[in-house]
Amino acid sequence: MNDILTAENVSRRFSPHVTLGDRIAGLFGAKLDRRPVMAVTDVTLSVQRGATLGLVGESGCGKSTLGRMLAGILEPSEGMTRLNGAAPMQAGRKTTTRIQTVFQDPFASLNPRRRVGDTITEGPITHGLITRSAADSFAAVWLTKVGLDPAYVSRFPHQFSGGQRQRIAIARALAMQPEVLICDEPVASLDVSIQAQILNLFLDLRREFGLTTIFISHDLSVVRHVSDRVAVMYLGRIVEIADANSLYSMPQHPYTQALLDSIPKLSIDGNIGVTFQPIRGELPSPLSPPSGCAFHPRCARATELCRGERPRLKANGMNGLVACHFG
Amino acid sequence: MAAFWRDYRENWVATLALVVVVLIVVAALAAPLITPQDPYDLANLNLRDARRPPGFVGSGGYVHWLGTDAQGRDLFSAILYGLRISLQMGIAAGAVAFGIGTALGIMAANIGGAIEQGIMRLVDLQLSFPAILLALVLVAMLGQGRVPLIIALVTAQYAYFARTAYGAATAERQKDYIEAARATPLPGRSIVLRHLLPNCLPPLIVVGTVQIANAISLEATLSFLGLGLPPTEPSLGMLIANGFQYMMSGRTWISVYPGIALIVLIVAINVVGDQLRDQFNPRLRR
Amino acid sequence: MKPALLQVRDLCTHFETRTGTIKAVDGVSFTLERGEILGLVGESGSGKSVTGFSLIGLLDPPGRISGGSITFQGQELVGLPQADMRKLRGKRIAMIFQDPAATLNPVLTIGQQMMMAVQAHGGMGQGAALALAERSLTRVGIPDAATRLKAYPHEFSGGMRQRVAIAIALLHGPELIIADEPTTALDVSIQAQILAEMKTLSQESGTALIWISHDLAIVSSLADRVIVLYLGRVMEFGLVADVLRAPLHPYTRGLLDSLPAMADPGQKLRQIPGSTPSPLHVPPGCPFAPRCGHADDRCRSDPPPVGDHLHGAFCHYPLAGST
Repeated sequence: MNDILTAENVSRRFSPHVTLGDRIAGLFGAKLDRRPVMAVTDVTLSVQRGATLGLVGESGCGKSTLGRMLAGILEPSEGMTRLNGAAPMQAGRKTTTRIQTVFQDPFASLNPRRRVGDTITEGPITHGLITRSAADSFAAVWLTKVGLDPAYVSRFPHQFSGGQRQRIAIARALAMQPEVLICDEPVASLDVSIQAQILNLFLDLRREFGLTTIFISHDLSVVRHVSDRVAVMYLGRIVEIADANSLYSMPQHPYTQALLDSIPKLSIDGNIGVTFQPIRGELPSPLSPPSGCAFHPRCARATELCRGERPRLKANGMNGLVACHFG
Repeated sequence: MAAFWRDYRENWVATLALVVVVLIVVAALAAPLITPQDPYDLANLNLRDARRPPGFVGSGGYVHWLGTDAQGRDLFSAILYGLRISLQMGIAAGAVAFGIGTALGIMAANIGGAIEQGIMRLVDLQLSFPAILLALVLVAMLGQGRVPLIIALVTAQYAYFARTAYGAATAERQKDYIEAARATPLPGRSIVLRHLLPNCLPPLIVVGTVQIANAISLEATLSFLGLGLPPTEPSLGMLIANGFQYMMSGRTWISVYPGIALIVLIVAINVVGDQLRDQFNPRLRR
Repeated sequence: MKPALLQVRDLCTHFETRTGTIKAVDGVSFTLERGEILGLVGESGSGKSVTGFSLIGLLDPPGRISGGSITFQGQELVGLPQADMRKLRGKRIAMIFQDPAATLNPVLTIGQQMMMAVQAHGGMGQGAALALAERSLTRVGIPDAATRLKAYPHEFSGGMRQRVAIAIALLHGPELIIADEPTTALDVSIQAQILAEMKTLSQESGTALIWISHDLAIVSSLADRVIVLYLGRVMEFGLVADVLRAPLHPYTRGLLDSLPAMADPGQKLRQIPGSTPSPLHVPPGCPFAPRCGHADDRCRSDPPPVGDHLHGAFCHYPLAGST
């Protein structure tokens, strides 16, 4: 079984939190919005051992929610996720240590009142990977591995820059010796030059530890750079999955095509000017998704069929899947 | 830490207040050593020394710097011992209320659901009662003495801690580092004690400081009304009450000096609390 | 020859703090012609936003312009009294900020806010002001403008809110709009829409645009000329085509190399080592020297001179030739 991590028909619903105060206000005529949001709907995917799956999409597409379900942090409302084909993972007590996550905001993902050495060794000590006496040297080794001075073990997060904090977050995740690493927008809040450093670090460590990775980002060029396969999400569903090269050179789904076209490209050959074609229309709210194919209001090729019937993911003959009536 | 104190020292008023508080605490602790008289030992009291003005040399052979009260107590000694009681009650009640309130607030934020609603509604209810009314009712039910007094003070005050802890915990729980701790996964107790609680402390410390002052003030009020400790162990409130009847006849020192001592203590603690609040806040504003 | 619309010479903006002086902008010079689009590119700490705020006079203390000159249509802006600056702000120089949610007042309708902006500069009757607001909204692509004027900001999406901010900026037909990373907080597809619209609007109305961004790709497709900033100083300037095709400064080269789009997938990127030092401790000589692969002792002690007029770099050893 080469698929190390799978999601089967996974969905996640968020219902609004109605408090006593809201209910009382409702009695007086205030309008309560009780509509649930389907953040992720019916997602099935798998990642092979040692491969990197990129998860791409704009806000409201559900990629972060899906990432958390794959990590075992969040429980799916429907469907299940599996690690190594084994029993389903659930949030809470059974959250597996074999899957670790690197979060987006390096300023918020480290406990400001804990020394970074303690933050790195906390998990491994709790789960018996190292003894308490070995903790200090363990932390020092990991800091060196992520390119920081090992003497910094006793420093606090606020004494580091954003890029350095993200390195510490990576160290924390990898110190648990996971099989799978989930990166949720790990370079989104970093400067371009620091982003390159972190991406290089990621590539090095991925090779050294043979990691299976899920890389979530809204930045298409970053995802292309690190991924073997890429899944494109729109309003909670996957609209296309393909090998990275195929996706970027021959995108099949209109949304993928439009998204790639709408990004300003750096032209270094002297032909400057508008190098992109915007997608028309607004991103629909996840509270009221369009009927049929969710992308049809913005799609140049939409027909009555698209408005009425939602397309299913089908093989496109190039080792990929597309959800489009004309795919 | 060093930066914290450097910033603190910039406000000379707050620094002065802190010095005053420390001096009072030291004086109160050292009271048995520095006072000429133990005002609680009835054998020491001599009615012939009663109601004497400041500067009077009494039967014990020493100068009564602040005069004597109606029972012949040296006011200086009585005030220091009274401050002892004020500080004891204030800090004890504050500490217990801190513990109970923080635990409830964090529990409410963490567990959620019906427990959260239940605890917070109880806290809301509590906060809408005037503290003095609550304390009066409790003392009336429980009787006089140190323990009932502390119970009354704690009941009147835990709600402030609970609400602050709840707010802080709710905000911190959303942050990524808590989610990261849960994702590792770390055991729930570890997350609350090592991650959540330390980051909720700053506002709680501020509330704690002010609540100590409030507890002292509340205890003094109860004592003034005769509901505090027995008359043989007069706290500042009782001293003030005892001297009230003599205000018109010119023997003002019996009430005024204890009153000044109480005011100075409460104001100093409040100023320190204000400074702590200002310092903990603009970590965002530089 | 007509004088330039905006001429900035040796602008210095410093922040006096207890721990030292932060030289956020330290000797920035550039010119801007009528109707031109200039890109101000830099990472965090480069001083690009502070430059924008300095131009429009929106510096908060302890920041102040401590040197240099800003000449707008022949008028000197440094040292101009606030009352005079207010006459310019919003009318002839406008600004668009990064976070559209923070720019708009959540308790007022869009119409009310636009009216206030209109009537801040000269008495226009209510009816005329409302009509102007409506026209402005339609111009930025908001359908059904008359009804939308009665809506509140929270009823708009992020992209729409930014369009409203642009509409407000355009109300009085300013000659210069300063845009501080206005699309950074928006989704990719919406960002593309706003960029295209800004370019068209600028060309149609002849408004000059200073576009502040960290994203070279955006700047390359929008701007005519570009300035690269680092630690408050200009590292390189020139026509966008020239700077991108043949960057002269090692920092510009490094920025381009850092972009995944410029490398083969899976290959390590040629990264710039180290990180930007704190603006409290700007290195002597060339500020980029500690991280530069070509730096020598001269770079570390002598500030380099600025290069020639059209395409120049602040470097002792500018890179020659193309990629």
